[in-house]
Amino acid sequence: MSQFKLKINGRDYQADVDPDTPLLWVLRDNFGLVGTKYGCGIAQCGACTVHLNGEAVRSCVLPVSAIGTGKVTTIEGLSKDGTHPVQQAWNEVDVPQCGYCQAGQIMTAAALLKRTPKPTTEQIDATMTGNICRCGTYHRIREAVKVASTKGVK
Amino acid sequence: MTATRRDFLKIAAAAGGGLLLGFNWTESEAATTAVVDAAGAAAVPGVDFNSYLSISPQGLITILSPNPEVGQGIKTAFPIIVAEELDADWTKVIVEQAPLDTKKFERQVAGGSGSIPHSWQRLRKAGATARQMLTEAAAKRWNVPIAECTTDKGYVLHTASNRKLSYGELATEASKLTVPADVTLKDPKEFKLIGTTIKNVDNPKIITGKPQFGLDFYREGMLFAMIQRPAFGYKLKSVDAAAAKAMPGIVNVVTYDNNVAVVGKSTWQVKKAKDALKIEWEKADNLESTTDHNRLFKELLDSKEATVRRKDGDVDAAFKSAAKVVSAEFQCPFLPHSPLEPMNFFAHVRPDGVELVGPTQTPELARNETAKLLGISPDKVTVQLTRMGGGFGRRLKADYVIEAVQVSKLVNAPVKLIWTREDDMTGGSYRPAVRYRFDAALDAQGNLIGYKLRGVGINSGNSTREDNFPAGAVENLLIDSVEHKSPITTGAWRAPITNFLAFAEQSFLDEVAQAAGKDPVQFRLDLLNKAKQKPTGAIKYDIDRMRGVIELAAQKAEWGKKKGVSQGFSVYFSHRSYVAQIGEVVMKQGKPVLQKVYAAADCGVVINQSGARQQVTGCIVDGIGHAMYGNLTFKEGVPDQKNYDTYRLIRLSEIPQVEVHFVENTIDPTGLGEPALPPAGAAVANAIFKATGKRLRNQPFVEEDVFKGVS
Repeated sequence: MSQFKLKINGRDYQADVDPDTPLLWVLRDNFGLVGTKYGCGIAQCGACTVHLNGEAVRSCVLPVSAIGTGKVTTIEGLSKDGTHPVQQAWNEVDVPQCGYCQAGQIMTAAALLKRTPKPTTEQIDATMTGNICRCGTYHRIREAVKVASTKGVK
Repeated sequence: MTATRRDFLKIAAAAGGGLLLGFNWTESEAATTAVVDAAGAAAVPGVDFNSYLSISPQGLITILSPNPEVGQGIKTAFPIIVAEELDADWTKVIVEQAPLDTKKFERQVAGGSGSIPHSWQRLRKAGATARQMLTEAAAKRWNVPIAECTTDKGYVLHTASNRKLSYGELATEASKLTVPADVTLKDPKEFKLIGTTIKNVDNPKIITGKPQFGLDFYREGMLFAMIQRPAFGYKLKSVDAAAAKAMPGIVNVVTYDNNVAVVGKSTWQVKKAKDALKIEWEKADNLESTTDHNRLFKELLDSKEATVRRKDGDVDAAFKSAAKVVSAEFQCPFLPHSPLEPMNFFAHVRPDGVELVGPTQTPELARNETAKLLGISPDKVTVQLTRMGGGFGRRLKADYVIEAVQVSKLVNAPVKLIWTREDDMTGGSYRPAVRYRFDAALDAQGNLIGYKLRGVGINSGNSTREDNFPAGAVENLLIDSVEHKSPITTGAWRAPITNFLAFAEQSFLDEVAQAAGKDPVQFRLDLLNKAKQKPTGAIKYDIDRMRGVIELAAQKAEWGKKKGVSQGFSVYFSHRSYVAQIGEVVMKQGKPVLQKVYAAADCGVVINQSGARQQVTGCIVDGIGHAMYGNLTFKEGVPDQKNYDTYRLIRLSEIPQVEVHFVENTIDPTGLGEPALPPAGAAVANAIFKATGKRLRNQPFVEEDVFKGVS
C-alpha cells in the first residue's frame, strides 16, 4: 500500500492503495467516481476510457503508480453540467440504450474531436471501433460524433 | 427535501385491470423523494397495485416505472403510455424506477419482449382514470358540464369560457372524488405523445456518469466479493487460501458448495487474492469438448428417441411421392450473453431480513430464491432495481444474486459480489449449441408438400418452435427434437432458440425456393396464401401481418429490381411481433461485404419512434454480430474463450447501414426487445448466397469458407 496524489477533474485526490491498482478501481472504489465503467479489464472494450493529459486512455490497465502528475479527466469532469458538445450530441441523437458503455464512448469521442475537430467518417470509425457497445448503438454513436463535430469541441 | 405530509387520499380499484391509483401530496417540489418514500411505505391496504402515479400541487407528475430497465427502453416507454392518457405535459414528468413490489405491480420482469403487451391497458387506464378525475374536479369548480371540458398538456380547459386550470391546481380536489368505475381510453388516432420521438429519460444521468448501475452501488461498510467457481463437470477438491488471506485488504476466504469466495475491502485487492488462490478441482461429471458435441449432434440427428413437437398429415407418404427433396443442416455454437456490465449484486443479510440491490431482469425470482435459501418469508426480502448494463437474458437467472446472499450470510456483512469479465464469459448459462436438419418435399410443380425439422441441442430443451411458419402452410409436416443433457449450463439468450432457429429456417426456405424455381419472396407469399386458403392444423401467427411486413420490406428495398447488389430475404414472427429483413451484399475484391439491411416491423402501435427504431437497429446489429463472429468453444469442460481478446463482438466499423420501417396500424403494441434479431442472420446469409453461390450453414460465418481470410 502506498499513498498516491492524483489530479482528477481539476481537483486533488489522495488514495492509499497498492501501486499496481488500475486507475479504474481507484476512481470507483476510492473516489466514488463511478461514471467510468468496468467492462473487460484488459483494454479491449473501452468502457473505462478516461483522459490522461487530454489523451484517451484505458483506465482498467493503467496502474495508479504510472500517472504521476498527469491530469486525469473522467466523464464526471468532462463538463460541469453535461454541456460538453459530445454530451449534448449524445442526448440530441438519443444514443444510449442500456447506457453502460456510453461514458467510455463519450470520452473516446471527446478526445478524437479535440485532436481532429472535423473527422471524416473513416476517422470516426477507426477511432470509435475500439469501444464495444453490446446494445448495438453504433449508428447513433457515429451520428453523434458528427453532430458534436459541428458544435466546436475545445 | 422530504415530504411534509403524506396522504393517500384515494386508493381504489377500477374496473377491468384492477387498477389502483394513489395520489401523493407534498408541499415542496420534492415529488420524487416523497413518492419513493410513499411507494416503500405500507400505507396501502392489501389490494393489487398495478400502476402508480402522483401529481404535486406544483404540477410535477411522478410516474413509477415498475419493470426492470435493461436497455430495452421500458423506463421511457411505460411513462409515455401513462402520460398519453393523462394528457400530461411530458416536460413535467419525472420517472422513477419502482422497487420490487408484488402487491402493487404485476410481472416486474424484463424478458420475452413482454412488458409492453402485458402492461399496455393497465398503464393507459392509470393515466385515463387520473385525467377523468382531474376533469371532473375542474367541471365542478367551474360548475359546467364535464362534457364541455377538455384536457391538454397538464391543463383542463373550458374553451367556451376561455378558462383553464393546471393539474397541479386540481390535484387535491380531484383526489377526493369517487374513482370512476370505468374510463374511456383514447382512440389511438388521438395520441399526441405515443408515436412521437422521445429521448431516453435517463440520458442526463448516462451522459454525465451518474451512479445508476448495479456495479455503481456502494454502501458504507460494504465488503467486496469475488468467487472462484468450478468449470463444467468439476468439483472442488481442495483449496489453499493461505496466500490469498495474507494479502492486503482481504477480510476472509470462505468456501461453500463448490465455490471459493474471496471477501475484502476493494475490488482490485479481491481480484488479486482470487488469482492467488491455489485450488485443486476434480472430475465430477462428463468433461465435454466442442469436438464431442460435434460428434454427438450427428448421432442425435439419427436418434429414434426424438420428442415429437408437431405432426400434420403423412410426412413419409409426401416424401415418397416427392418430385424433389431438399435437405440441409445448420449448426450454431454456445454463446455467452456478454452484457457489458458483468454480473454483480449487493446483498445484506441481517437478522431481521435481507436487502438486495442490483441488476436483475427478474427481481421477484431473486427475492423468492433468497427467501427459499434462507428459509424466511419473501416479505422479509427487499429488492431495489438498478439500471442494467445489458442483460440479454442472462439476468433472468438469480444465481449471482444467491451468491451475494450466501457470501453476505457467511461473512455477516453487507457484500457486493462482482463477476470479472472472465467469470462472466466462463460462468455458463449460455445460448445452447444446436444443430438442425431440415427436409423439404416438392411436387413436380414446385409446391412444398412435405416438411421435416429436427432440432438437436445441448441442454436446449425444445430447440424448435413447432407452430411457427411454415407450419400451417404445409399439409405434411413433422417437427421433433432431441436434447443432450450436459454439465455445461444454458439459459435464455435474447430471442431464445429463435435467435438461431430463424436463421436456419429462413436460410432453408431460401434453398427450397431456389429448388422450386421460385422467387424467395413470392415463395413465402404463396405459402401464406395457402395457409390462409387451406390451413393445416393450428396457425399461431397472423397471416396478414406476416404478409404485411414481407410486402413492406420488399417495397422499401425494391426487391429484385436493383442492379449491382445481391439481396437476401428473411422474415420471422417471434415474441408477438413480425419483422422482415432484406440484406444487401456487394462483392469487393472477391469477398462479400454486407452493405445494408432493410427492416420492416409490425409491433402494432409504436410507443416511441426513437426507442423503437433503435431496438430494431440494435437487434439487427446484435443478430449480425453474433451470426458473424460469436463462438464459445470447450475443451474438457473449460471454455476456450475468456474475454474480448479471444471472443469477438461486432464493432462500429463492421456495421451495415440499417433502414427501419414500421407497419402503421392501431393494433395493441407488442415488444421490440427481441423480434428483430432472429431474422437478421438469414437476411445476410441469403444475400451472400446470391452474391457468391455459397450457402452459409454454420455460425459463426467468419469460419465458413466464403469468409476465410476475410478480416
